[in-house]
Amino acid sequence: MHFSAYMVNNITMIKNKENIIEVKDLVKKFGNFYANDHLTFEVKKGEIFGFLGANGAGKTTAIRILSGLSYPTSGDVMVAGFDVYKEREKVKKNIGYMSQKFSLYEDLTVKENIRFYGGIYGLSNKYIKEKTESMLERLKMKDIQHSLIGSLPLGWKQKIAFSVAIFHNPKIVFLDEPTGGVDPITRRDFWEMIYEASNNGITVFVTTHYMDEAEYCDRVSIMDRGKIEGLDTPGGLKKRFKSNNMDEVFLKIAR
Amino acid sequence: MIFGIPIIQLVVLVHAATLEMKSIDMYIVDNDLSSMSYELISKFKGSSFYNISGSSFSMDKANKAIEKNQTDLILHIPSGFERKLIRENESKVQLLIDGINGTAASLINAYSTSVISDFNRNIIVDLTQMPAIKNMNPIKMEESYWYNPELNYKIYMLPGILVILVTIISMFLAAMNIVREKEIGTIEQLNVTPIRKFEFIIGKLVPFIVIALFELAFGLLIGKIFFHIPIVGSLGLLFGFTIIYLLVVLGIGLFISAISSTQQQVMFISFFFMLVFILMSGIFTPTESMPVWAQRINVINPFYYFMRVIRMILLKGSGFWDISYEFFSLLIYAAIMLSLAVWRYRKVA
Repeated sequence: MHFSAYMVNNITMIKNKENIIEVKDLVKKFGNFYANDHLTFEVKKGEIFGFLGANGAGKTTAIRILSGLSYPTSGDVMVAGFDVYKEREKVKKNIGYMSQKFSLYEDLTVKENIRFYGGIYGLSNKYIKEKTESMLERLKMKDIQHSLIGSLPLGWKQKIAFSVAIFHNPKIVFLDEPTGGVDPITRRDFWEMIYEASNNGITVFVTTHYMDEAEYCDRVSIMDRGKIEGLDTPGGLKKRFKSNNMDEVFLKIAR
Repeated sequence: MIFGIPIIQLVVLVHAATLEMKSIDMYIVDNDLSSMSYELISKFKGSSFYNISGSSFSMDKANKAIEKNQTDLILHIPSGFERKLIRENESKVQLLIDGINGTAASLINAYSTSVISDFNRNIIVDLTQMPAIKNMNPIKMEESYWYNPELNYKIYMLPGILVILVTIISMFLAAMNIVREKEIGTIEQLNVTPIRKFEFIIGKLVPFIVIALFELAFGLLIGKIFFHIPIVGSLGLLFGFTIIYLLVVLGIGLFISAISSTQQQVMFISFFFMLVFILMSGIFTPTESMPVWAQRINVINPFYYFMRVIRMILLKGSGFWDISYEFFSLLIYAAIMLSLAVWRYRKVA
């Protein structure tokens, strides 16, 4: 997989595409504290959208609202064409979600976890069977399909969690710090999987701490203390903040 | 674990929880050595409850024995016992009972008093030569206990303990369940899926119902094989009723789980309810002899219903119409608790 070549293609493809996420004046307050302070942005269909910010900047709060796990205090949020206030369950059919904390069942095997979530999304047995085969093939995990998830190393777990999150072919997948604590090689593999999903038409909404990962995104938003301080392509951001890399951009915004 | 522990508890508790005194160790100090005293002692010896642990002429030795826990009871017959009885129509014996365990002591007292008064009656009859009085025999009472003629406590206790075990297992497992998913984070992954709330609750109920029914079947089997408990009524009815009962108990468990955020909270809340409910359930004492306010509280005590019904079905062979009040009460209770659990389980924070 050649990232750079692919990225050029992807960006030209995305232009003029419709919005799949539209957020307008999103506010989430905890008491007097603004976790999300009037966020406004949109995400285009098929895009890899990076959501950056320091710890406590409000990324996870926003991602939880977008995926229907939390109520916004105010603002308009449309995801996959549905209103997250009124059409929460329709939103949920169309999204995948992978949380910060590993959240598959550790005491079930790889295959059982896939079967379980496939069932919840109402997929047919035939589809689940075929898709499981091709997924395990792709992950090169055929020989461990009957191992308990709890016994696997973190990197493998994360790959499986991601595959499960997109198993039902959602329109959007939300990834909340998917590569936290994972070794560089597995991170690389992981991003290959993200590109593959994007190639298949799945919009990827990803939060991360790693600035090199920000470079892989089509567009990046950088949050600081509940507000979006910059939103552009990685190239555009570097130009605007007169920096050589995303690290510098991030430091300039977060200070 | 889920099956092994309750079965050990069942076997141990049934033995431990009886209020019956099997063998009372008795020390005899007979300073009279008359035919009367011999007769009294042989009355005790003849009873299967008493076991003579020693005898001597000295009270000091006897007191030592009770101190060393070698005996539960001292029977002291003073010298002149027979003489006094014949001359003055009245005589005294002394019973010294180890009072460390109050319940056991009062039972020993009751048993021994009844042996002595039985002896008394015979004496009166023997010593009174007047035929008129002879005819005035004290009224002989013959008790017969229905459903459990030998007053076998195991037959009575086993179904009760079974109720507790089945309930504890299912309620704790259910209560721990949602909160555990909250703690390890798997609940998030479920909450982003389009799963419906009632589907989720049903998914949580079914496995526990199956486990609890197996538990009950196991317990009954053990009761039948080792304790020979009678199964007079219909097992189908018992299991049917158990399912309704489990819906209530699991409903309570899931509700506790849904309102808690850590396993400690769950333990604390369920332990509190469990203890109160068990003690008020009527496992040891009939609920009818409780104060009225306590009986009113029992309306919300699921143990109370099941405790009655399992004994009714197993020991008396009650049919559906005999237990219909309990059945429909629990049905309403189940509907309320499950609705509460579904309502309180939040997919969105």
